Amino acid sequence: MTKLLAIYKRELKYSFQSVTAYAALGIFLAISGYFFFSLFRFYNLISFQATRNPQFTQSLNLTDGLLRPFFSNISIILLLVLPLLTMRLLAEEKKQGTFELLLTYPIRDWDAVGGKFLASVTTFAIMLGGTFICPLLIFLYANPEPGPIFTGYLGLFLVGCTFISIGTFFSSLTDNQLVAGVTSFGVALFFLIIGWAVPFVGPRFADVLGQFSLLQHFDGFSKGLIDTQDVTYYLLMTLFFLFMTLRSLESTRWRN
Amino acid sequence: MIEVEDLSKYYGLTVGVKNLNFRVERGEVLGFLGPNGAGKTTTMKMLTCYLPPTSGTAKICGHDILEQPLEVRKRIGYLPEKTPLYLDMRVREYIEFVAHLKGVPKNILASDVDRALEQCGLGSVRNRTIGKLSKGYQQRVGIAQAILHDPDLLILDEPTLGLDPKQIIEIRQLIKNLGSERTVILSSHILPEVSQVCNRIIIINEGELVAVDTPDNLRNRLKKSSVINVKLADSEKSADAASFLSGIDGITLVKEGTAVKGSLAYILESRPDADLRREIARRLVEEGYPLLEIFSEELSLEDIFLQLVTEEAR
Repeated sequence: MTKLLAIYKRELKYSFQSVTAYAALGIFLAISGYFFFSLFRFYNLISFQATRNPQFTQSLNLTDGLLRPFFSNISIILLLVLPLLTMRLLAEEKKQGTFELLLTYPIRDWDAVGGKFLASVTTFAIMLGGTFICPLLIFLYANPEPGPIFTGYLGLFLVGCTFISIGTFFSSLTDNQLVAGVTSFGVALFFLIIGWAVPFVGPRFADVLGQFSLLQHFDGFSKGLIDTQDVTYYLLMTLFFLFMTLRSLESTRWRN
Repeated sequence: MIEVEDLSKYYGLTVGVKNLNFRVERGEVLGFLGPNGAGKTTTMKMLTCYLPPTSGTAKICGHDILEQPLEVRKRIGYLPEKTPLYLDMRVREYIEFVAHLKGVPKNILASDVDRALEQCGLGSVRNRTIGKLSKGYQQRVGIAQAILHDPDLLILDEPTLGLDPKQIIEIRQLIKNLGSERTVILSSHILPEVSQVCNRIIIINEGELVAVDTPDNLRNRLKKSSVINVKLADSEKSADAASFLSGIDGITLVKEGTAVKGSLAYILESRPDADLRREIARRLVEEGYPLLEIFSEELSLEDIFLQLVTEEAR
């Protein structure tokens, strides 16, 4: 555990000593802030119009009108930013040869992979934490339900972990950061939009495809619902790609 | 200490190394010699448990590299070729990081780190960023991380590659000092380096073991003749020197060597076990030849190496 912790600390320090973490953090916060601003203005406009239509007012609430689109927008930004954050994780060290040296130390592969994964998760958690100012602003002017805000953030966190573990896996396959970035982005996007095919594939496959969809499982969280099925889905996806990373490290040795 | 048994590594159909067998005893400094691509690095990577062998195995301190890789890794310090380091870290910070990974206990961690830094002469640059150090200092950092946990076995892959002559001398001295306490394997294609630092040499070529012996034994084994160089001043008297020299008992061959203007050089060969220097000098002086220099030539490791490698090719 001390070995995993040493790698975790080094990795975290590295990303905050270099520009990478700040670039990702800055862009992520700026864009999500912009999204929040435009959604907030839009909601404002609608509720203003709703004052003249009492029936419409009843179907208007902050969770559905502002928070849900906000969370789903953030999940899209994560799709763009997280692969950039994870692509160097293993690919860079492989290219520079430091990974070879790392693997001749008396550590298990898991120490290296786990340390790096957790460091990225921490950076991501800081990014996500930065957006929390948006819901806080709502509290200044209105009375949103705190429950859906909490579950929304939990869902986003789980989605992010899945993206990070996908990114870690593809970073372990190559020593080219660009290849790692593009493939992990592609695969993450695929799992995000896989649900689009649901209406066309017939009832049997529809269910299977739907179960694989990152978006479908996120829906509950954004409504304020914690379904064990959804939590299990994200945890399994994350663990699966971490497991694949370990396997890929082992197989690169044998294939070398 | 190290027992290598039938160790082979194939990259697809290409041979990395083939059926290597050798043993290394505690306290030896072993030189791994071979042309580029001979399999030196491959062998070292297998000994460090980074690459699994295709067949065969090796034991280090009684631990099998396939069965107990963690135990083996605890006992080795490794410096790969090209010295991969985290260039963004500071020297001391990096060595501390490695100490954590190597499982150095907390209570001796600080003193171990300082000892490694002192031993490698890194005390003055401990707070500098590694990427901003000279290549020689980076190499020292690489060696420091290898010796950090006081391993039984040090494996250094081309430790003097890319250094300037002064740095090479310093690193060699450092390796010699380290070798007095522990077993060291070092690879190189620079022959004088190996003969200076190592007490035993393994020569491999195209993945196969060609010779294992001490530098002196290798020299003697391959010595086919002893060679003496003679230099005379260029005068009238020296004109018939070549025929006079070939008349001396025991000389089998006289060749003219290259000499600067105003002198004549001859290369004499005799039977390998004979030392004719005294006889030649006495005769030359008695006959009044203007003798400038006389010395016997040692067979260099370059010659040995080329002989072995070309013999192998035939």
